Amino acid sequence: MKKVIEILVIGGSAGSFELLLKIIPRIKIDIKFVVLIVLHRKHNTNLSISELFRNKTPLPVLECEDKDKLIPGSIYFAPADYHLLIEKDRSVCLDYSEKENYSRPSIDITFKSASDIYKEKAAAILLSGANKDGAEGLKHIYQNYGTTIVQNPNEAEISTMPNEALKIFNPQYVLKVEEIIDLINNF
Amino acid sequence: MMAPDIVGDEDLEQLLNEVANVYGYDFTEYSKASIKRRINRICLLDKHKSFAELRYKVLNDQSYLSRFIEEVTVNVTEMYRDPFFYKALREKIIPKLGVNPYIKIWLAGCSTGEEVYSISILLHEAKLAHKAIIYATDINPTVLEKAKTGVFAINQMKLYTENYNNSGGSSDFSTYYSANYDHVSFKEYLRKNVIFSTHNLASDRSFNEFQLIICRNVLIYFDKNLQDKVFNLFDASLEKLGYLALGSKETIRFSHLNQTYKQVEKEKIWKKTR
Ligand SMILES: C[S@@+](CC[C@H](N)C(=O)[O-])C[C@H]1O[C@@H](n2cnc3c(N)ncnc32)[C@H](O)[C@@H]1O
Repeated sequence: MKKVIEILVIGGSAGSFELLLKIIPRIKIDIKFVVLIVLHRKHNTNLSISELFRNKTPLPVLECEDKDKLIPGSIYFAPADYHLLIEKDRSVCLDYSEKENYSRPSIDITFKSASDIYKEKAAAILLSGANKDGAEGLKHIYQNYGTTIVQNPNEAEISTMPNEALKIFNPQYVLKVEEIIDLINNF
Repeated sequence: MMAPDIVGDEDLEQLLNEVANVYGYDFTEYSKASIKRRINRICLLDKHKSFAELRYKVLNDQSYLSRFIEEVTVNVTEMYRDPFFYKALREKIIPKLGVNPYIKIWLAGCSTGEEVYSISILLHEAKLAHKAIIYATDINPTVLEKAKTGVFAINQMKLYTENYNNSGGSSDFSTYYSANYDHVSFKEYLRKNVIFSTHNLASDRSFNEFQLIICRNVLIYFDKNLQDKVFNLFDASLEKLGYLALGSKETIRFSHLNQTYKQVEKEKIWKKTR
């Protein structure tokens, strides 16, 4: 059973950068939803992550700034070292507050916020990672009737993050990367 | 565990209006998504089981107000956060300020002072500190008290030293502080030219004219309306050809200042052109 989705949030940590290199170039150019990526990474580099992906897809790839409007058909990255929340008018609200699950940006925070705003029209994917950030947030999306996807832990480079989610609820999908790509392109 | 939302949108609006009326602290134009999260977080941390419970405490226990403000106004900060920003200040802006007979800087939303000491060190290294005054302000009196002491946790110093080096600092960073057990104290002379004061950007007026206003990671907490008011306040407080510096994800793009301010290359620094 498939639903129309308006936002796809992808959360990832250690091992996820390479997955994004596989996934992003293959996202079809006629997607009708927002793609928002929350990736744990080191900050204090002058290099912007969006630039790394910009030439890999014809879709616009942007690193969010304060109050940016989220526009369907675009790929956004949460900036390093800020939490990212979403306002009712679908603009971005950045927050430089305490780390959550030792992480900033925290995947939990953005998953929860996306779910509060987009409700059942939110979909989220939790990829490889070494901590438990994202699991609770994904469950929140599930409870709000959104679509939840966890990378198959057997395939994840570091399976802690997918496993933490599987410990606390049963997402609609547990998929390998190839299957994830197919699903994204069929939303 | 994920914080369950105890405080909904309508509760939030009611509480913020009441706090503004009773205490004069106006948070009604703060970004809804983040302030809602902060207030739900307070409920969780302080174990308020219902909105009514939180509301009663905030409105009837004056001593709880400072706790409330502290949690609502996020005070996380760092020394030389975004070293490249400080490098730009060091190389492109501060030397230009040096031509003035005196230098007036306003650091708005300075939190516990990490930024203040970072800037003061830059001025000392440029040999301009003797003619500079830094006005360091924040809404929250508690963080200012901390800022005045210049005492920070020692376990942060590795990061701060790294940041300082990346900002183009060439001294031995440890000469700026003395270490005791678990904390360090920044040297007294670094705050000689600093005036600490409370100032609420949402309600207080302009109090001087400056050549440089630095306000980082404060505007992200304000909605567009309040941001616009604060941009007007900054505009009124900035000399012609003065500079406005914001946080690394903040912008004047959505404000009318966009027409009269010119961005300094790709930095989050804008020059007032008229
Ligand atoms: C996240 S901290 C940023 C600290 C520092 N500027 C930095 O970037 O590291 C935000 C600061 O803004 C202050 N603040 C929040 N609302 C304010 C207001 N209305 N007027 C003045 N300061 C405010 C808070 O008290 C807090 O110290």
